[in-house]
Amino acid sequence: MADSSISTPTAPSRPGQTGVAEPRLRLTGISKTFGAVQALSNVDFEVHAGEVVGLVGDNGAGKSTLVKIISGVEQADSGEIFLEGTPVKITGPSVATRLGIETVYQDLALCDNLDVVANLFLGHEELDIWPALSEVHMEREALRVLSVLDVKIPSVRVPVSLLSGGQRQSIAVAKTILRQARVVLLDEPTAALGVAQTRQVLNLIKRLREQGLAVVVISHNLADVFEVVDRVIVLRLGRRVATFDVKSATPERVVAAITGAEFGAEVDANGSNGGGSQS
Amino acid sequence: MSEAVKQKQPAPTTSVEAPSRLPRPTVGQLLRTDLGFVPVLLTLLVIAAYFALTTGGLFLTPRNLSNLVLQITQIGVLALGSTLVLLLGEIDLSVAAVSTLCAVVMGVLTERQGMPAGWAILAALVTGALAGLINGLLVAFIRIPSFIVTLAASIGYSGLLLYLLAGQSTLIIHDAFIVSLANNYLPDALGVGLPTLALLLYIGFVVLNYVRRRQAGLRTQPLARLLLQIVIVAVIVEGAVALFESYLGVPQSVVFLTGLILLCWLLLTKTPFGRYVYAVGGNAEAARRAGINVPLIRVAVFTMCSTLAAIGGVLAASRGLAVASQIDPTLLLDSIAAAVIGGVSLFGGKGSVWSLILGALIIGSLENGLDLKSQGTDVKEMVEGVVLVIAVAADALIRRAQARRGR
Repeated sequence: MADSSISTPTAPSRPGQTGVAEPRLRLTGISKTFGAVQALSNVDFEVHAGEVVGLVGDNGAGKSTLVKIISGVEQADSGEIFLEGTPVKITGPSVATRLGIETVYQDLALCDNLDVVANLFLGHEELDIWPALSEVHMEREALRVLSVLDVKIPSVRVPVSLLSGGQRQSIAVAKTILRQARVVLLDEPTAALGVAQTRQVLNLIKRLREQGLAVVVISHNLADVFEVVDRVIVLRLGRRVATFDVKSATPERVVAAITGAEFGAEVDANGSNGGGSQS
Repeated sequence: MSEAVKQKQPAPTTSVEAPSRLPRPTVGQLLRTDLGFVPVLLTLLVIAAYFALTTGGLFLTPRNLSNLVLQITQIGVLALGSTLVLLLGEIDLSVAAVSTLCAVVMGVLTERQGMPAGWAILAALVTGALAGLINGLLVAFIRIPSFIVTLAASIGYSGLLLYLLAGQSTLIIHDAFIVSLANNYLPDALGVGLPTLALLLYIGFVVLNYVRRRQAGLRTQPLARLLLQIVIVAVIVEGAVALFESYLGVPQSVVFLTGLILLCWLLLTKTPFGRYVYAVGGNAEAARRAGINVPLIRVAVFTMCSTLAAIGGVLAASRGLAVASQIDPTLLLDSIAAAVIGGVSLFGGKGSVWSLILGALIIGSLENGLDLKSQGTDVKEMVEGVVLVIAVAADALIRRAQARRGR
């Protein structure tokens, strides 16, 4: 890792990988306008397999718009998206799901009245003999995924309304793993969580990285971001203004980039060969 | 023995599940989940005891209980439809009108047009399905609140059935087959055999499920509890059969009602469709994001509800030997009340179809018991109103008790 506090895009020393590994997900030159508002202008973004990227920025910086474009809710006006080097068109949320890009929104999208297994498999139920649900198999599968993620819950047969906020977040994330996600976007995963529950969720994110997923965390909470991510990408007024390696960056410098007090970071705004910096 | 099994099969549950992590459930939560039927059952027992004492035991005679069950068949079938719609978090106020309309369609076709009974019944069911389809399409695609759609439908169908009857206030049904539907009793062999077969199948599946979970290394409920569950179900089923057999036998209409409930229960709890119904009722947005076709589920459920209403209408016409232009004024409220008293939440996503039997029995007992005591409609309706308010208040209170604990 370079000693400079700003991770230059030439810090590719990922273990077991060549320096020019193609990112799991790469966006180049993304622009999006809503009427007269330029939400994103010429933004590049990339996340590698086994890497956690923190996407930060002030309100209106374009974080949500970028996430919506990746998850297919919005389409970019211009720019390209590559999934493992292959250009893809994400024309809708279902396309994103098919490509293995899963988004966990703040509201988690869980059915409180259904139990954990039912929520995990909702919309993707497995059958014994048509049309009977294969509860035994689904429950086994659910337990397997939850143990991989090291999730602790009272039982997979309790309604999720009885679980804590952190546990609910874990269930929402586990759902994406069950669907063979390759890229997971987490929108404010620790908002409104207590200290212990925040810890659970941060551990969960580390588990996702261990599983070789590409993880994007959108968050306002820099303490959480610094604890769990490998790189921080800062958006400001619709532009990517800085990229930091958490190993060498300080929260103060990130805040400076978010608020616009520092512009030196523009140097790596192209980010086209931005390297991951795990380990 | 259970120890040996545990050691042979290291359960995958150990690392993930630990019941100790569940905060101790409050009384409110228990009432909401596992023990939801207990207050309802107690209420029923209190009502039954009261009428048994005040009618000199007349209320509890097999003859009266047999009649009582016949009286609640239509309410039960309509309550089943209402339950499906309530699970979605919607309401159908047109069940009584649709039910009566479909009976009129059947009556007019057989008695005036001379159509064979089978075709006339089919026409009644198709009419019901169509009415439900229209309700469902309006609710699912135009997103009009179901309350308004079905209220309008109810008014419209009341007019339509008057038009179909063309001024006649009561059309007597003579067709032997239709009359036999709700008024016949099963032969003893079938009356005992059918429920017993169903019971054995049920036990078979419960045991099979237990064994499969054991083999898969999943947590199973204690064997004692499993046995208790089987014994309770067996006692209820065989007790009901014994009761009916000590009078005239098992009424056919009871077979229809329990058969339909059984079908809906299987559909709701064992298939993806049922899972989607609960999901839409619990969180429609989450269901949509999970890729569930929410409008389709809504249309299907409204269609099923009205089709069930049609079946209820046919059975009622058969039992009453006539169809009337007057829609029974308490039928709508009674059928929704039976579902709600049985514990189906008005807010969607919670409730079981079996519990509506308890709700229907409470309503039927009130009517039947007050009849035995020669009370008029005035008293009956006041008492029913009070009971319904208590049931809905209990629903709201339990809900709040659960919410207070927070998540």
